[in-house]
Parts: sequence; C-alpha cells; structure tokens
Amino acid sequence: MVTTMSLTDTYPVWSWNPVTDLRAMWAFPFMVNAFRAGTVVAVLAGVIGWYMVLRRQSFAGHTLAQVSFPGAACATLLGIAPVVGYFAFCVGAALVIAAIPRAGQSGSGQEAALTGTVQAFGLACGFLFVALYKGFLGGINSLLFGSFLGITATQVTVLAAVAAATLAMLAVIARPLLFASVDPDVAAVRGVPVRVLSVAFLVLLGTATAATSQITGTLLVFALLVMPAATAQQLTARPAVGLAVSVLVGLAVTWTGLIAAYYSPYPIGFFVTTFALGVYVFARLARVLAQVLARRAPASARLSGSAV
Amino acid sequence: MARIPEVARHRVPPQATTTGHREGGEGVVSLRRAAVRVGGRTLWSGVDLEVGAGEFTAVLGPNGVGKSTLIKVVLGILPTAAGEVRVLGEAPGRAGHRIGYLPQRRNVDPSLRIRGIDVVRMGLDGDRWGVPLPLPLRFSARRRAARDRIAEVIELVGASAYARRPLGECSGGQQQRLLIAQALVRGPELLLLDEPLDSLDLSHQGGVAALLGRICRAEGVSVVMVAHDVNPILPWLDRVLYLAEGGAAAGPPQQVITTRTLSRLYGAPVEVLRAGDGRLVVVGGGHGTEGGGGHGHHHELD
Ligand SMILES: Nc1ncnc2c1ncn2[C@@H]1O[C@H](COP(=O)(O)OP(=O)(O)OP(=O)(O)O)[C@@H](O)[C@H]1O
Ligand SMILES: [Mg+2]
Repeated sequence: MVTTMSLTDTYPVWSWNPVTDLRAMWAFPFMVNAFRAGTVVAVLAGVIGWYMVLRRQSFAGHTLAQVSFPGAACATLLGIAPVVGYFAFCVGAALVIAAIPRAGQSGSGQEAALTGTVQAFGLACGFLFVALYKGFLGGINSLLFGSFLGITATQVTVLAAVAAATLAMLAVIARPLLFASVDPDVAAVRGVPVRVLSVAFLVLLGTATAATSQITGTLLVFALLVMPAATAQQLTARPAVGLAVSVLVGLAVTWTGLIAAYYSPYPIGFFVTTFALGVYVFARLARVLAQVLARRAPASARLSGSAV
Repeated sequence: MARIPEVARHRVPPQATTTGHREGGEGVVSLRRAAVRVGGRTLWSGVDLEVGAGEFTAVLGPNGVGKSTLIKVVLGILPTAAGEVRVLGEAPGRAGHRIGYLPQRRNVDPSLRIRGIDVVRMGLDGDRWGVPLPLPLRFSARRRAARDRIAEVIELVGASAYARRPLGECSGGQQQRLLIAQALVRGPELLLLDEPLDSLDLSHQGGVAALLGRICRAEGVSVVMVAHDVNPILPWLDRVLYLAEGGAAAGPPQQVITTRTLSRLYGAPVEVLRAGDGRLVVVGGGHGTEGGGGHGHHHELD
C-alpha cells in the first residue's frame, strides 16, 4: 500500500468500476484518440497479419516493421510529418522485397538472406538519420517501443483512411490471394496472377506495418501483426472464422493494453506484447489439451472395452 | 454425380482410333512433333499424342525424362521448342478454367491450418475477385449450389470423413483425395494429374485409380496421368505415352508396353513380362535397376 503511494500521486487509480474508469479515461481527448487509433490498427493488423502468417511471410513483415524506424527518423530529420516517413519507407521496402526473385516457395533461403540484408540496411540508415539529427534521441524510445500519448485527431483520420483503403484492396483480392498463398501452382493454372498478388500483398503489408508501428513502435509491431493471427490459427482452421478471431484478439489486446498503460507508469508496448503472448500461449495450450483429450478418449474406450 | 453402374468398370474399347490424327480440332490434347528444351537441353522431341474426349492416357517413363515437363507444356506454363500443341481446341494456357490440375506431390506443410474442404472450395471459386456477401445460406441460391457441389465431389472421392480436418493433419493419401476433389470440383473437361498415386499404399492406389477410371468413363472427362507404375491403372487405360531418353512412343498400352517397343526406346534390351495376375513387369533397361522404365518391379515378381 505504502509503496504504491508514490505512483498514485501521478497516475490515475483503477476504481474497479469499469464505467467510471472508462468515463474518466475518455474525458481526455488524447485517450479517445488512442482508443480510436488502436482500434483501427488492431483491425488492420489482425486481417493483414492473418494472411501474413498463412503465407509464412513473418520475416518480411518483421523487416518492413524495422524499416519504419529509419522512415520516421528520416521524416523528422527533413522536418516533415513522421507518418509520411513511416508509409514511404515501409511501402518502398515492400517493393524492394517484392523485387527479390523467388527461387521457389516463400521462405526459401535466398529470399530470407536478401530480406535480412534489407532489414540490416534499414536499421543502419535509421541510426545514421538519428546521428545526423542531433537532439532527436528523446523520441527514439517511443519510435522503437510505441507510445499512445500525443496521437492527434488528424493522425487518427489518416490511419482510418489508410486502413479503409488497405482493407478494401484486400477484400478485392481476398479469395485469389488465399488460393495463391495455399496452392500457388494450381492457382496460376486457374489464371490467378500469383506474382502480381504477391507484390500487392507485400505493399498492403507495408502499409499495415507502417500503421501498426505508430502505436506499438517498430520493434513491437509483431504484437499486433503476428500474435493475434497465430492465435487464431491455433484455434480454428476456417478462413473466415480465423480472420474474425484474429481481429477480436487484436482488439482485446489493444484495449486492455491501453487501459493498463493508462493506469500504470509502464509503456503500452510492454502490455500489448505481454497480453498478446499470454493469449497465444493460452490458445496453444488449449489446442494441445484438446488433442490429448481427443487421443485419450478412444484409447480409454478401448481399454475399458478389453477389460470387460 | 452419378452412381456409376457396375458395367462401367468393364472397359469399353477406346472410342478414338489412332488414325485420323490430321483432322484436328476434335482432340482434347494434341501434340504434333513437339519438342521441349529445359535449361538449354532438349528433354524430348518428336512427341506425337492425340487424346480424345473421355480417354484415359498414361504418361510413363523413367525419372527426370520430362513427364512433369510435358504436363506443364500442356498447361502452357512452359513453351515448346518445336512442333504444335493444342489443348481443348486452343493454344496451351488458354483453357485453364476447363482443366483440372494436380501437381506432382505437393508437400503440404503439416502446420498448414486450412481445412480440406476450404482447399476444395478454392478449386471452385478461389480465382474470383471480391468477397461474397455473408448472406445466410437460405437467401443465396449460388452459395447453396456451391456448398452442394463441394459436398458432392468430396463424397465422390470418399473424403467426407476428414474434409473438415486441417489439410496438414491428413495423411498423404487423404490429402491426395482432397486435392483430386479440388481438381474435379468445377467439372473440368480435362484432368492433368502428375503422379496422383505417388505415396499411396497398394490398396489405396487401386482405389484412387478406380475412382479416376470411373470419373473418366461416367463423366466423359479426359484424363492424362503421369504414373510411375502402370499396373494400378492398366484396366482403365486407353492410351500410353512412353517417354525415354531415346525418344517417345504413343499408342494403346498393349502396343507400347512391349519388349520390342521399350527395347527400341531404351536402345538396350528390355523385357516386358506378364505376371499371372495380369500385372506387367519391366526388366532391364540399361539404366541399372533403378531406371528400368518406371514400372515399379524390376526384379522378381512379388
Ligand atoms: N528449372 C529447370 N532448369 C533446368 N533443368 C530443369 C529445370 N526443371 C527441370 N529440369 C530438368 O528437366 C528434366 C525433366 O524434369 P521433369 O520434372 O519433367 O521430370 P519427370 O519425368 O517428371 O521426373 P520424375 O519422375 O522424377 O517426376 C529433369 O532432368 C530436370 O533436371
Ligand atoms: Mg515429375
């Protein structure tokens, strides 16, 4: 009790009455903006992330996320809005990765090596920009690990517009992209433009990572891009249900992360990542348990049968 | 999709005869003096093949001779170096929507979390742009028709019991059946199957071969199938294309799979034996025991 006194001086207290708590939190416009932006990002990342996990392109996604750091640093250096830097660098890097010829399936060694090179070069550029812009260091933490403070209404509008455009694009290519992701050879014979879809998806992934990294920071994009999707794929093998679960997990994790960050002195990136990991571990355990039970049931039936 | 009467299991003679090649237009697949080069090397040349509607054709030959390449040429994925290829009356690659294709042994990632039924559905509408409105089933005649068609082909290949399991958790043979259902779901006029019996045990080989034979007979679908062992499909075969490094031979199986033809193709003595149960056994072939012709049993009879 006494030890928490110092915290209660500066941080709001959780009253255990959700209605009052939420009302108190949303009295601040910056919190409302944070919830709006978080919701937009969770939906976008949940949907795009589901395809990314299915396509086994997490490494490409990771690289794009890292590249948003030099993007934001470069924008700051040039004195323009960081949002522009995020999107320009992420989409640019997506096009570079898309230009890497695919030796075979996704995840081939050659592709991974080249993607890793892009990632290292992006980070190196980020450090160069930081070095060039003296006095910028204060913002690095939130660039890397995310922040929910200071999200403006304009930023929310931009995020919503980008997310709407990205999701609309994805809706158009949803079925051919699923086909091309699961079964590229047959899809190509059926007239699905597999190569074009692969480039298009990387660009969509670039926009999604750019948007997500503004909330979670560039290092923790995976909390919203991979973990909800991976959780969904543990829980269901149905595409439509999986997409819905992925979005719901993303929303739950973002909202609880925002609330936890508001009521504590610790950064949002930590909470979102921890909650997402917790949900994933839980789903994984649930599936293992279900499998064990399914295997047990017939075995025990046999045993009791032979005993009689 | 039709109960297949028992009579259909007894072979009817091939409708199309080997004469009349020059008429053109009628053949479902026709290759004339076709040759293909891969990586600067001519794999095969002078291949003539005429597949008529509702015919069952096997493509045989040793590993690496270019059987899968032939399928890709017919699909229009690879160009020919010489000769002419027509597929369903069009240039290769133009009639993709009328063809069912099963690539050679796809290694389905065991962690792939997509159900078999979803993979079958992709064969039906996976190439459509946009997403369907999530109307309840009873308001959408099209969605009902799609659901029924998918259930029908899954039933046809006998995969109903595991179609709702993730594909990665199905056995190789179960996956193969579901992928055949995917190739069939849109009612293709031509089925191109690259070693569909690969990785199946003997009894399942017979089962899938009989299934394909029935589809070919009952629905008039032309089947071109790359095979490693001709025996499981022998009862259904109308035509064989035998590829070897020394050339190619096409025709009815009893004319192609003979000691004389295969010895000429290999340029070395090859013997075709007929076992008591009607199985064909190819012995020799100048490629050691392994390359003896792709007919499976090269030594003693089982
Ligand atoms: N991209 C490529 N570049 C160069 N050579 C290739 C390429 N793809 C295939 N080949 C060669 O073409 C030849 C034919 O390959 P193909 O896959 O058609 O053989 P196959 O008859 O289907 O063999 P298998 O029975 O093993 O399936 C092989 O010798 C292979 O080495
Ligand atoms: Mg092959």
